[in-house]
Amino acid sequence: MAADTLVDIRNLEFAYGARQILTGISMTMKRGQVVAIMGGSGCGKTTLLKLISGTLRPSSGEVVVNGEAVHLMDTDGLARHRRKLGVLFQFGALFTDLSVFDNVAFPLREHTDLPEELIRDLVLLKLHSVGLRGAHALMPHQLSGGMARRVALARSIALDPALVLFDEPFTGLDPISLTVTGNLIRRLTDTLGMTSVVVTHDVAESLKIVDEVYFIADGRIAAHGTPAEVRDTRDAFVHQFIYGEEDGPMRFHFPGGSMDADFGLGGARA
Amino acid sequence: MVWGARVLKALASGFSHIGRSVVEGTWRLGYASRFLALVLLRSGLSFGRFSLVVRKVYFSGVQSLIIILVSGLFVGMVLGLQGYETLVRYGSAEALGTLVALSLVRELGPVVAALLFASRAGSAITAEIGLMKATEQLSAMEVMAVDPIARVVGPHFWGAVISMPLLAAMFSAIGVFGGYLIGVVLIGVDDGAFWSQMQAAVDFRHDVMNGIIKSAVFGFAVAAIATFEGYDAPPTAEGVSGATTRTVVTSALAILALDFVLTSFMFTGQ
Repeated sequence: MAADTLVDIRNLEFAYGARQILTGISMTMKRGQVVAIMGGSGCGKTTLLKLISGTLRPSSGEVVVNGEAVHLMDTDGLARHRRKLGVLFQFGALFTDLSVFDNVAFPLREHTDLPEELIRDLVLLKLHSVGLRGAHALMPHQLSGGMARRVALARSIALDPALVLFDEPFTGLDPISLTVTGNLIRRLTDTLGMTSVVVTHDVAESLKIVDEVYFIADGRIAAHGTPAEVRDTRDAFVHQFIYGEEDGPMRFHFPGGSMDADFGLGGARA
Repeated sequence: MVWGARVLKALASGFSHIGRSVVEGTWRLGYASRFLALVLLRSGLSFGRFSLVVRKVYFSGVQSLIIILVSGLFVGMVLGLQGYETLVRYGSAEALGTLVALSLVRELGPVVAALLFASRAGSAITAEIGLMKATEQLSAMEVMAVDPIARVVGPHFWGAVISMPLLAAMFSAIGVFGGYLIGVVLIGVDDGAFWSQMQAAVDFRHDVMNGIIKSAVFGFAVAAIATFEGYDAPPTAEGVSGATTRTVVTSALAILALDFVLTSFMFTGQ
């Protein structure tokens, strides 16, 4: 594994029971990069994040983060791995009984013995970096969707992780919040020297901020490259996905029985 | 022949349904036992966050006070009225204090308080844990290397176990006061006889302690059911509402069944 590689995934396979989700996935993510994982709903993107965080174990293959095999870790090893990991959930997953300040302070209080004055300064710095220092006393229900996502981002970087995983960070945001969140991911990755993995559907916003893109279709990597490379792709699925075309390998209709059988045409009735 | 085959098919389907229910029920019971064992094993970590346990005693206990006190008062008043009507026929109205106190301390205090507790606090515990799961707060904790069983479930569990005997004691105390209000103040039973007969008849070890043991067992059962149902709730609105209902129904049945078993050991043949 190259020294600048933080995440190395090799020949990964994963199935929920008999249902195969991921097949032969291999990817590398370098330090300081923002990497996007894209694909249609249910293609296994979020499953991939869970495999990197160690929430799920692969059927076969390897997930190596910072030189350590996540798929082989025991409970203590996973706890150590997760302390160096930040995860931003789709809707933030802020603790609703804690204020914004206490949400960001949560990982610091749980995993460090820092004095409360220092925690206060660190929390306000993290909140300042996402533009919400002034909102530290608010409760999660007083925040907009975009603000909640930014607070969750501040919480996920509270322990200065080497790797941050973003699960659909752009879902349901207005255009301004979308740009703000995208720029924040890029800026924080650069200033903190971390690696960001962004699972997203949002082609326009993500291609503006990422260094590399992986497209997943039917549980396999359909395409991989820089944003410029994937924009010029000849792969029919990736082309359809990037340009939002109705016609292509991804069909509008879910597979089912024939029209004749369903509507009783020609005397047939299902 | 065709009719016979249909009957056989229906029988086979019935047996298969029963078999599936038994297997699923056994599996769920095993899962619940494993969950309870985990909660108990990690109790040290939960009590390490003592302020959280205190907060949950407030959540389960203090916030149930109104319903417990008002219900206890009315139950005591009804006991006073009904008891007087019966006792006066036999010329032993002065034994009203004994009847009210023994009924409350041995039986009605622990049982009715536990039923009210399951409805008020048990359902709230299930809803809170279930919603935390549905909004990915428990998953967020897990990927932050914070054990949700120690951090969320344990404090709720012990908060309920600690609250229940205290609430039952208050229910009985206010119930005795209700009986006093009706019997002595309203009807005019002799004040001295009311209290002295009660004092002579109620044994601390046999009556009061057994009542406390009962309420502690009920508290343990309600806490286990409420936390398990919340933790196991499907992460949807329907899933959480179903789990909340199951908590109330299962707790009520468990309380009544346990009461029969405990009473048969504690108070029969003496």
